[in-house]
Amino acid sequence: MSNTLEITNLNVSIGDKQILKDFSLTIPKGEVHAIMGPNGTGKSTLAKAIAGHPDYEITSGEVLLDGESILDMEPDERSRAGLFLAFQYPMEIPGVSIANFIRAAKNARLSEDEELNAPAYYKELYEKMDMLQIDRKFTARSVNDGFSGGEKKRCEILQMAMLQPSYAVLDETDSGLDIDALKVVSEGVNTLRGDNLGVLVITHYQRLLDYIVPDVVHVMYDGRIVKSGDKNLALELESKGYDWVKELAPAGA
Amino acid sequence: MNSLTEEISVDSETDALAAVKSDFQEYLDILDTAPSWWKDIKKSAFEDYCALPDPSRKDETWRFANLKAWRGTNPEFSAMPSISNAQSLIERSDLIKTYSGQIVIADNQTIQAESISPELSAKGVVFTTLKKALSTHGALIKDYFMKQEVDLGSAKAAKLHTAFLENGVILFVPKGVEVEDPFIVYNWATSATVPSLPHTLVIAEDLAKVSLIEAQLSADESTPSYSCGVGHIFAGASSKVQLTVLQNFNEQSVGTQISSNITGKDALVKTLSVNVGCKQYRSETHGKIVGSGAHVEMLSLAVTDNDQEIDQRTLQTHDAPHATSDLLFKNALRDKSKTIFSGLIKVAEHAQQTDAYQTNRNLLLSSDAEANSLPGLEIEANDVKCSHGATTSQIEPEEIFYMLARGIDRDAANELIVNGFFEEVLERIDVEELAENVRQLIRSKFKK
Repeated sequence: MSNTLEITNLNVSIGDKQILKDFSLTIPKGEVHAIMGPNGTGKSTLAKAIAGHPDYEITSGEVLLDGESILDMEPDERSRAGLFLAFQYPMEIPGVSIANFIRAAKNARLSEDEELNAPAYYKELYEKMDMLQIDRKFTARSVNDGFSGGEKKRCEILQMAMLQPSYAVLDETDSGLDIDALKVVSEGVNTLRGDNLGVLVITHYQRLLDYIVPDVVHVMYDGRIVKSGDKNLALELESKGYDWVKELAPAGA
Repeated sequence: MNSLTEEISVDSETDALAAVKSDFQEYLDILDTAPSWWKDIKKSAFEDYCALPDPSRKDETWRFANLKAWRGTNPEFSAMPSISNAQSLIERSDLIKTYSGQIVIADNQTIQAESISPELSAKGVVFTTLKKALSTHGALIKDYFMKQEVDLGSAKAAKLHTAFLENGVILFVPKGVEVEDPFIVYNWATSATVPSLPHTLVIAEDLAKVSLIEAQLSADESTPSYSCGVGHIFAGASSKVQLTVLQNFNEQSVGTQISSNITGKDALVKTLSVNVGCKQYRSETHGKIVGSGAHVEMLSLAVTDNDQEIDQRTLQTHDAPHATSDLLFKNALRDKSKTIFSGLIKVAEHAQQTDAYQTNRNLLLSSDAEANSLPGLEIEANDVKCSHGATTSQIEPEEIFYMLARGIDRDAANELIVNGFFEEVLERIDVEELAENVRQLIRSKFKK
């Protein structure tokens, strides 16, 4: 199906341990889906596996981006095909400025004979930084090097804004954020919401979903989705706790 | 040039010396127009050369070194070759466009030496070739030529350098004169038979300010050359001196660079070496602080590939109190290349309140590459801050994955990380045009 990120019966292992078990989920463009679940249930594995991390072995299943399988693609090809992963723990790259890093990512999307228009690039970068309330001096700083938790996450959202993916997976974007930083990052994501973007928000806490209000909420447990619903499901989960989720899991799982 | 193997029999050693002796005699004969004091300096250097032992790995300064390329390297001083491609070499001498003076030397012969501006001349600034200075600035040469200790292992090579030295540059800046734009000298190696002997002498009197860039380059990618360079800085009280040596000989070549500075009271000296060329290269760098309050920065970056070997020996001598020295040597190694860093901070008993730092960082880009690091401290004073640190690391797979996840391909990701690794050094280069050139040079190492 085009205009969706479609994950079907995905089985993923790390070493001998199976983490995702026949995991299926479809995210249409224009929608924001949230996945909640207790720690160790496979949420981050899902994010890393879709992005193509080499440590995660996909033993069976399919991931279609607008109808095209991405499983045979290298991680960089997946990114260029329109997938974006906002990392839970973004890496620090000493000596590489944010401006140069994003420029390299932009350049990677051009064909051999195309060249990035530098003034236009900086104009776009500054516009998006203003939108995300990031100080322009930030461009000269090394990627994530010595950043606070909030700065790292804002830097992730800035990259997302600049790379304009079709589908974005936000892995625990709220971790390490205080409430002010959480608001700023959420506002950024909300500004990027639209008909051309499908978003999967992965979170452990309901609080993020007060700011990024999802269209659909999925509850994940032991490698698969055990319940889906609207935004109220997140509130229900918050009040009942994750023990409730365990009861939802199929017998024998 | 004869490169002898490690096992030299007594006979072949005698033969080698006999050959170089006859070379030297021939060489003295063609020097008939040079002043006699100059010939005397050479004769005495040559005697010392013959008397000095070859380096041995038993010497501390040659630990881990690969001696093959150096032991018994005796230059074959044939007649001066004619430089057939002078015009093209001058055109290729284009690292920076804004400079206070430019000299281009090929195989020790001057092929371009523009006069400096009348304003600078009027202030007493001298920027000239050594060859010319022999007749015009003899007193300067007598006072400063080879007047610094060669104490990091290549004393013998330095004597050879002096004995056969043909040319070089002298930069003299009188008291209180500040020159903004850098001076630049290009030393081109074009011939396989004539050793390239770059010599750079910078004398900054009290309160003077000056910067010099020296490029050591090969005319082509295939002709092997042998080079042995010496660079000396005399930094007077409160002077500011910068010297950059950018070495990009082709990877068939072998080279040694012996650099040192003597830094006076409250003076600032910054040296930078950029090493990307040579099959085998050895650099010796000695920053010697003789005046209180001085600050010496010693920076270096090297990118090695194939089976290149770069051997770096450094010494920071604090012979005066309240001074600081800061050394940062960064190497990125590809393929089967190898680096040795051996550094020592020496603080004399009276050099209290010294701040001295020594950092060597190596980035291994291949599992076959080898980085050796031998940092050291020798402190006799009791109130000092000294530290040394050496790290050797590889690029983390998670770092690469992060970049891949942004659509940047693996090669570009590696290159970005390497560029980032060097940025810590590059951002300390004050001439932006030069910094950009060095970035290009690093990039070109990844395009081969």
